[in-house]
Amino acid sequence: MNGHTTELVIFTLLFLVVSGMGFVAARWRRPKDIASLHEWGLGGRNFGSWITWFLVGGDLYTAYTFVAVPALVFGAGALGFYALPYTVVVYPLVFLVLARMWSVSHVHGFVTPADFVRARFGSPTLALVIALTGLVATMPYIALQLVGIEAVLKAMGITGHLPIIIAFAILAAYTYQSGLRAPALIAFVKDTLIYIVILAAVIYIPAKLGGWGSIFDAAKAKFDATPAPADGITLNAANQLQYVTLAFGSALALFLYPHSLTGVLASKNRGVIKRNMAALPAYSFLLGLIALLGFMAIAAGTKPVGTDGNTIIPRLFDQMFPDWFTGVAYAAVGIGALVPAAIMSIAAANLFTRNIYREYINKQATDAQEAKVSKLVSLVVKVGAVLCILLLDPQFSIDLQLIGGVIILQTLPSVGLGLYTRWFHRGGLIAGWAAGMAAGMWMLYLIPNPAKGKAHFGGSAFALKNLGLDTPITMYVGFLALAVNLVVAVLATLAFRAAKVAEGEDATSREDYFADEGDPKVKDLDLSAAH
Amino acid sequence: MTTREPGQTRSDRSPWNWLLVLPIVLPLLTFLFNADEPRLLGFPLFYWLQIAFIAVGVACTTIVYRMTR
Repeated sequence: MNGHTTELVIFTLLFLVVSGMGFVAARWRRPKDIASLHEWGLGGRNFGSWITWFLVGGDLYTAYTFVAVPALVFGAGALGFYALPYTVVVYPLVFLVLARMWSVSHVHGFVTPADFVRARFGSPTLALVIALTGLVATMPYIALQLVGIEAVLKAMGITGHLPIIIAFAILAAYTYQSGLRAPALIAFVKDTLIYIVILAAVIYIPAKLGGWGSIFDAAKAKFDATPAPADGITLNAANQLQYVTLAFGSALALFLYPHSLTGVLASKNRGVIKRNMAALPAYSFLLGLIALLGFMAIAAGTKPVGTDGNTIIPRLFDQMFPDWFTGVAYAAVGIGALVPAAIMSIAAANLFTRNIYREYINKQATDAQEAKVSKLVSLVVKVGAVLCILLLDPQFSIDLQLIGGVIILQTLPSVGLGLYTRWFHRGGLIAGWAAGMAAGMWMLYLIPNPAKGKAHFGGSAFALKNLGLDTPITMYVGFLALAVNLVVAVLATLAFRAAKVAEGEDATSREDYFADEGDPKVKDLDLSAAH
Repeated sequence: MTTREPGQTRSDRSPWNWLLVLPIVLPLLTFLFNADEPRLLGFPLFYWLQIAFIAVGVACTTIVYRMTR
């Protein structure tokens, strides 16, 4: 064997336990009839504070995050720490917004953000644009979860794609059967394991490396010795604006992703969401600590497997922990990939079913037909993700995910601002979206990455000197593209209105945005499915 | 859930909501924390102060939730 037997045994055992839970989840909080999207796709829309905390936390903080953020800190230093302010800013930012989204979705039975846009602006075309944007942004994210599992398998000396195919086949099977209940139940195990591993890591590893002070000093020494000007344990004049716009832009984008909203809509009332906005930062604390693992790897002299930077953290665990605990840590990352992958595939399937199938293929679709289509599409989505990793360079998925963050931001005027104002014209929103997408793509195309030998799509830091400004300052592409989007949306709205182009009907009313559990107007979805 | 008088229009407006601005703005002011010194338990200012902002965020959202429910 390869010296990783203990790790492999523990990893496999935990993986099997969790898979078993995935299948059992169909019986958990069992509905009378699971054949509707509200049951299969949103777990009965009845999750309380604890389940929501585990589910949303397990969904937002993915396996890829756990390997990629410390890998970025390992390579670039302070800039990689943007993940912390990003997840501090996001919860107060969406505190009121998500409560509104929950209310209006509950009154009207919306399952996806595009459902909301369809009703709010009376435009199937705008809804289609939002749905397709969500699908394109989510797909590479699912593929990236495989990159997370692969990093762990590589560190255990396992090569070849068969283990990944098996893992995803099991995941696909229990998601098909149990829907959102599967990741909700597994999230308890995933998050518990992650908390244990990271808390152990931040106590145990610094003790072995001579304390936090010497870890940061070692990182500083490494960055001082490199010729690259952008790295270091603090920011410099050129990348401060990039840090701020990346953190803020990412925070704006997070809950525009369809899969983030899935967890929110599955909760049972507004109070659950607001309590979670106060409690989810516990994961931000964890993420901050995880990011610092990158510096520990520098101090410990950890070397990645080959040139794969994502293996840095698995290698650090292998180097520092006893074998059995490394196995637990690897399982935490592996299981950490399953929860988001399941929720993302459910969200993508719901988008297809509600905004493409029901809109364009079968307008009279019953609840049962919708659930059936969604279940099948969730399988297709996972096969697609595996094929992405098997057939294409994983770098392609990483590039696509980078683009995904930029394009999902372009749905902000319709989805986010739409919750507050009906001022925008549906045509103006489509024009703004198109302009934002074009601007975003153009800027991403111009960004090279010399370290990876790429001329285009090499990162998200746009040098302002491309705009003719004499400055070394860089900014986050998504942020600039959103600015273009908003300006065009405003101007086009004024133009459409001046030309008296039809506005489209708003199916929502003001009080819908404040409705709560128990209100007579809220559809009691559990009962409607039973009788 | 509070029961409300019929006819009373609901709203999510409250002066307490302004408190949410603090944890949104603080982590974006790099001049507050972009330095190595002073260190705390070996952590450079850049890291410990940003981690401390999490507590500000939790405090503000908790207060707003409790005062407006």
